[in-house]
Amino acid sequence: MEDTQSILQVALDLIVGADAELVEIVGLSLRVSLGAVAIACVLGFPLGAAIGSARFPGRGVVIVLLNTMMGLPPVVVGLAVYLLLSNAGPLGPLGLLYTPTAMILAQTVLVTPIIAALSRQVLENLHDEYDDQFRSLGLTRRQTIAALLWEGRYSLLTVSLAGFGRAIAEVGAVIIVGGNIKHVTRVMTTAIALETSKGDLSLAFALGLLLVSVAVIVNLCVMGLRRIGGVAEGV
Amino acid sequence: MSSAFGEALPLAARGIVIEVDGQRLLDSVSLELRAGPRSVIIGPNGAGKSLLLRVFHGLAQPTEGEVHSGGRRLEPSSLRKQGMVFQHPVLLRRTVAANLRFALHARGSRGKELRRRCDRWLEEAGLEHLATRPARVLSGGERQRLAIARTLSLEPEILLLDEPTASLDPASIPAIERMIDEAHAAGTKIVLVTQDLGQARRLADEVIFLHRGRIEARGPAPGFFSRPGCARAEAFLAGDVVD
Ligand SMILES: Nc1ncnc2c1ncn2[C@@H]1O[C@H](COP(=O)(O)OP(=O)(O)OP(=O)(O)O)[C@@H](O)[C@H]1O
Ligand SMILES: [Mg+2]
Repeated sequence: MEDTQSILQVALDLIVGADAELVEIVGLSLRVSLGAVAIACVLGFPLGAAIGSARFPGRGVVIVLLNTMMGLPPVVVGLAVYLLLSNAGPLGPLGLLYTPTAMILAQTVLVTPIIAALSRQVLENLHDEYDDQFRSLGLTRRQTIAALLWEGRYSLLTVSLAGFGRAIAEVGAVIIVGGNIKHVTRVMTTAIALETSKGDLSLAFALGLLLVSVAVIVNLCVMGLRRIGGVAEGV
Repeated sequence: MSSAFGEALPLAARGIVIEVDGQRLLDSVSLELRAGPRSVIIGPNGAGKSLLLRVFHGLAQPTEGEVHSGGRRLEPSSLRKQGMVFQHPVLLRRTVAANLRFALHARGSRGKELRRRCDRWLEEAGLEHLATRPARVLSGGERQRLAIARTLSLEPEILLLDEPTASLDPASIPAIERMIDEAHAAGTKIVLVTQDLGQARRLADEVIFLHRGRIEARGPAPGFFSRPGCARAEAFLAGDVVD
């Protein structure tokens, strides 16, 4: 067992030296999680706006379902996507299992309900505020949804961050559908799990530090955007 | 004055009832509003003034009765001829000019025409110098001027206003009354709800007194204020508590 100080030393050396394997792993993590969040936003924002701005029978049930799906266990999602993509599954012929695409797919399934449920709440509040005015202006359904999404843009940035946090930190789904294959599907979380179990605590620790830093940096960037835009527009 | 309505009444409510939990918020309201005179609706808090405007504008569904606008039942095409200004202006989280452009664009205005109308109404509202300011940082008076300009830029034939100056200080009021006057002069039918009796005296050609969901008095303007023709309206005009 190495002592804490030398673990830290080696970890910092790996980061400062931009160790090739480390860079590759961080790059793939970002690609997979940002990709999944982007797709989840494209699907989840309009869905949230549509539900948040409509009254229809069974709406309460839909909302409860959506809110519940925010807590989908990653391993269950991983398993479901695995069954979908495995040789015997309906999408088996595509040969996607153990590829980054499979990981993006699994994380998209995990993150879309979060984005949809949170944006539904945010946009429903906005809708309550704007409903009379929008009806008075005679907006169509499409115009209403588009306007709500634009009016809620800063809150939706925060919503996307919640989704990103879930995706980047998640290990259960990506390890099942990705397989943690070196140079192919190894991401930060799966690598940490592996290196820790192998006893290579320096690499695991370096990855852990990077994982947290990446999350902080992405959050800072988005908050910066929100702040600059928000101040400029008096939100 | 030429009217866009021909012989048809701009607004007519026939036997409007709104009932919620057994309580009649509007109780058999029948009201015909002619083109021309500015109609001002007054009455104590909770009388149903806002509700009546919302019914006229298709924002509230009556339990019984019918509303006709420009001689037709309320439908999207007749509602497009109405514009409504709410007590608390609801502005978008965009610049002042973008708020105008949004409404114009939503109604199908494009390109040069859109820019021309936007510029014109910025000027009418005295907001040219604030065009690129975020709408949400405007003062109360500026916000309400923008809201009125936004509605008027759509060239409604009927303008419904729900206490447009209720939260403003006296200095901001004349600019808003001037916009209402100019719309009236341009032939727009004005229906104004107000708590401000001074404003009612300044703007009204006819007055409608609403109390507990019923129209209790109605009459042409200068005369109404001295002889409203009903004891409760008289008390209300005198500033007494009516119940
Ligand atoms: N959607 C609704 N559901 C139930 N009650 C309502 C609804 N809308 C209005 N009311 C009630 O109807 C009554 C009339 O409301 P309204 O807002 O029209 O009054 P008002 O004359 O505009 O009063 P104020 O001068 O305070 O604006 C009030 O008692 C109000 O509580
Ligand atoms: Mg009111």
